[in-house]
Amino acid sequence: MKREILNETVIRFPSLSANEGFARSAAASFASQSDPTVQEISEIKTAVSEAVTNAIVHGYRDAVGTVELILRRYSEGTLYIAVKDKGRGIDDIVQAMTPLFTTAADEERSGLGFSVMESFMDKLRVRSAAGRGTTVIMEKKLNRRVK
Amino acid sequence: MIKLYNDGRRITAALSGDIDHHAARRMRAELDDVIARSRPEMLILDLENVGFMDSSGIGLILGRLKAVRQCGGDLMLKNVQPNIAAVIRLSGLSTLLAEGVKA
Ligand SMILES: Nc1ncnc2c1ncn2[C@@H]1O[C@H](COP(=O)(O)OP(=O)(O)O)[C@@H](O)[C@H]1O
Ligand SMILES: [Mg+2]
Repeated sequence: MKREILNETVIRFPSLSANEGFARSAAASFASQSDPTVQEISEIKTAVSEAVTNAIVHGYRDAVGTVELILRRYSEGTLYIAVKDKGRGIDDIVQAMTPLFTTAADEERSGLGFSVMESFMDKLRVRSAAGRGTTVIMEKKLNRRVK
Repeated sequence: MIKLYNDGRRITAALSGDIDHHAARRMRAELDDVIARSRPEMLILDLENVGFMDSSGIGLILGRLKAVRQCGGDLMLKNVQPNIAAVIRLSGLSTLLAEGVKA
């Protein structure tokens, strides 16, 4: 069965830390169309905050670039989130996704961003090329409640 | 934003707002200032009015834990809200803290 996109929005913003709050609020607001629980909303906000913060902190480490946030609602009740940057990319994705691994320990990064995304969302996919940027795709099923 | 309550060498810092990478930088500077000035026996971070925290908050708490311990003190969390408790649980942070984390 092919799933259909019920609704979609694309938001582009410069990699300024003030936009971390904006991005997660936008995602929460979009997701609210699927009537999520309070816990689901909080998990979505946290996962988006992690991915967007990574684009800002790691992707565009020494410069300001554009971050793209794509939000979709699919017909079977799935929320789709993509966070894209055209920053420096990740050399070793498996290592980057290992809990507690960080390349910025001196900035008090905890190395738990990917662990949070993985545990709060149902699907996590990372595509990255060194020097060309990173795309993080996450999905969460929101139709589990008995109506 | 941070409000301080002083009870001898036990200091409570009531944090409010969202704790993300954007906010953590300022909170880090303010808390380090308190730690350096007062060298608390116990620094209590009251999270009652924190509506959101991601892994940047884990970095913030861990960093302050190290800083107070270097001054011979310790750190505790108070009033951890359920959504924040989920992030803390995932980090394993509670095993490092004085009195763990009561959520
Ligand atoms: N968008 C990105 N661009 C470049 N590197 C990234 C990106 N996202 C993550 N990384 C790399 O993956 C590591 C782990 O990320 P994460 O689990 O969020 O931990 P943290 O952000 O605390 O370092 C980062 O330290 C960084 O090296
Ligand atoms: Mg991160």
